[in-house]
Amino acid sequence: MSRERGVIIAGAAETSSVGKLPDYSTLQLHLEGAVNAVADAGLTMRDIDGIATVSAPGPMQVAHALGITPAWMDGTAVGGTSFLLHVRHAAAAIRAGYASTILVTHGESGRSRVGAAPFPRGSSSMPGQFEAPYGTVGPTSAFTIPALRYMKEYGLTHEQLAYVAVAQRKWAARNPRAMFRDLITVDDVLSSRVVAWPFHLLECCLVTDGGGALVVTSADRAGDFPKPAVHVLGTGESMDAPMISQMADFTESKAFRLAGQAALAEAGITTADVDHLMIYDAFAHVPIYGLEALGFTAKGEAGAFIAAGNTEPGGRLPLNTNGGGLSYTHTGMYGMFAIQEGVRQVRGEAAAQVPDVDISVVVGNGGMFASSGVLVLGREPR
Amino acid sequence: MSTPASQAPPSSPAKPPSKPPSKPLPEPTPETQPFWDGCGRGELVIQRCLDCGKPYFYPRPVCPECGSVNVEWFTATGRATLYSYVINHRPARGFENDGPYAIAVVQLAEGPRMMTNIIGIPNTPEELVLDMELQVAFEKRGEMSIPVFGPAAGEKSL
Repeated sequence: MSRERGVIIAGAAETSSVGKLPDYSTLQLHLEGAVNAVADAGLTMRDIDGIATVSAPGPMQVAHALGITPAWMDGTAVGGTSFLLHVRHAAAAIRAGYASTILVTHGESGRSRVGAAPFPRGSSSMPGQFEAPYGTVGPTSAFTIPALRYMKEYGLTHEQLAYVAVAQRKWAARNPRAMFRDLITVDDVLSSRVVAWPFHLLECCLVTDGGGALVVTSADRAGDFPKPAVHVLGTGESMDAPMISQMADFTESKAFRLAGQAALAEAGITTADVDHLMIYDAFAHVPIYGLEALGFTAKGEAGAFIAAGNTEPGGRLPLNTNGGGLSYTHTGMYGMFAIQEGVRQVRGEAAAQVPDVDISVVVGNGGMFASSGVLVLGREPR
Repeated sequence: MSTPASQAPPSSPAKPPSKPPSKPLPEPTPETQPFWDGCGRGELVIQRCLDCGKPYFYPRPVCPECGSVNVEWFTATGRATLYSYVINHRPARGFENDGPYAIAVVQLAEGPRMMTNIIGIPNTPEELVLDMELQVAFEKRGEMSIPVFGPAAGEKSL
C-alpha cells in the first residue's frame, strides 16, 4: 500500500485496567478505552469524525457519550473479530474520503455483566431451533465440538492440545497485566477439571471485563503523532457458518483461510515475512486452526509446531505474546486485545517485547469459527 | 492420546431428583415448520435442490449450493455417522439431572450434518467412537419431537 493511499493506526490503548471490574459498565469501558486511545494519539475528541463499534451499545451511543458527531459510522457486529473488520472498513472510508480520523472502540463487562447486553437466545432463531435443544451452554460446549474430528483426522494428542495453554502462559508470565501468570505444565492442564471433554478448564479462555480503542487515519499523517505510526498493510474478512454444526469442514477454518489470504495478498507478504503473530484464542484448538489456515504450518502439523516450542518466548514465531485469551484477558469479544498487542509489538512497547518486529499479523475470530478478520500491521509502509 | 477417563469427575447429581426445569424447546418458523411436522410423525424430513440435486439442512427456501428456489422436502433415511462431539460437564437448563452429556454433530447418510444428542449408549469417550453408525429416533419434549440419534442395529448398545 503506497504512502498516498495508506492507512495507519495513530492511537491505541486499552482500558486502564482489565480483569474483574464490577465498578464499570460496558459503556464506561468503551469510553475509557476511547479517552485513552485519543490521548495516546495526542488528539482530542474534536478531531474524531468517524466511529465504529459493535451493536451493543452501538456506535451512536458511544459517539454521543463522547460528544462526537460522526460523518461516518460502522456498527458491524460479527462477534469478537468485529474490531478487525472495523479497521478494514475504516481504511476504506478514509481512502474514500468519508472520514479522516476514525475511532474504533471496544468495551465489555463480560465477567461482571454491568450494563451488558443479554445473550441472544431466541428459540425461533436457527441456533435456537437446531442447536439449543441439545443443551449447548455458550461457547465452551459448542466452539469446542470440531476439535475431536481434527484430533482423529490429524493425530493431534491431548498433550499437544494442552501445550497450547502451557506455551501461552509463558508469555503471560512476562505480562504484569495478565490475569494468570504462574507457569503451568501439561499435567496441570490435563488435571484441571473437564469442562467439555476433550477440553479442560485451562484450555478455555478467561472471562473478564475490559476494553480498548484505536484511532485510524491516513498514512500521510505518519510522524504527526506522539507514538510511532503502525501501518495497516493488508486486511481481509470472511466467514464460514453462523452455527458450529454447519461449519464447512471441522478440521479447518475457511474464514481464517480466506481472510488471511486476502490480508497477506494485499500486504504483498508471505508467512516468512511475519515477525509476530496474534491468533484469537478462545480455546486451545483455535491457534492450531489459525496457524494452518494461514499457512504457517502444513495441515495437521500446528499442534506439534507449538509443542516444539516454536511459538513461545525464544521461538521463531512468537504467538499470542500478551498471554492471549487463555491467560491475559478475554472479555467475550477479544479481537480488540489481539490488535492492541500487535500494535504494541510493532511500536516496540509490549510487556513481553519481541526484538525487531517489522510485521505483525492479527487473526480474529467471530462467533465460533463463524467469521474472521485479519490485519497485517507494519512498522514501515510498503 | 492420553486416557481421558481419569479426568472425568464422578457423576454425582448434586441435588435430590426433583423435577428439573424443562429442556429448551425449538419454536418453529414458517420455513422450518415442515421439518418439525415431520419429526412429530417420526420422520426426518429435509430438503434437496431440484436443479442441482444437493440435499441440505438446516431448513431454508434457497439451495445453498446453487441459489435455486426450486427445492423440495423429502424423508431422509435417518441413518448417520458420528462426526464429532464434546461431552459437556456444565449442564444447560433442563439437563441438570442427565450427568455429563454429549453434544454431537452427526453426518446424515444423505450428506448434511446436524447437531444432536446421543441416546442408548453411555456418553463416554470410550463408547462414543467417531464414525460409528447411528439411527435417528425422536424424543418427545412437550408438544415437540426432537431428533436424536442412537446406535444403529448391529452397533453395540446398552
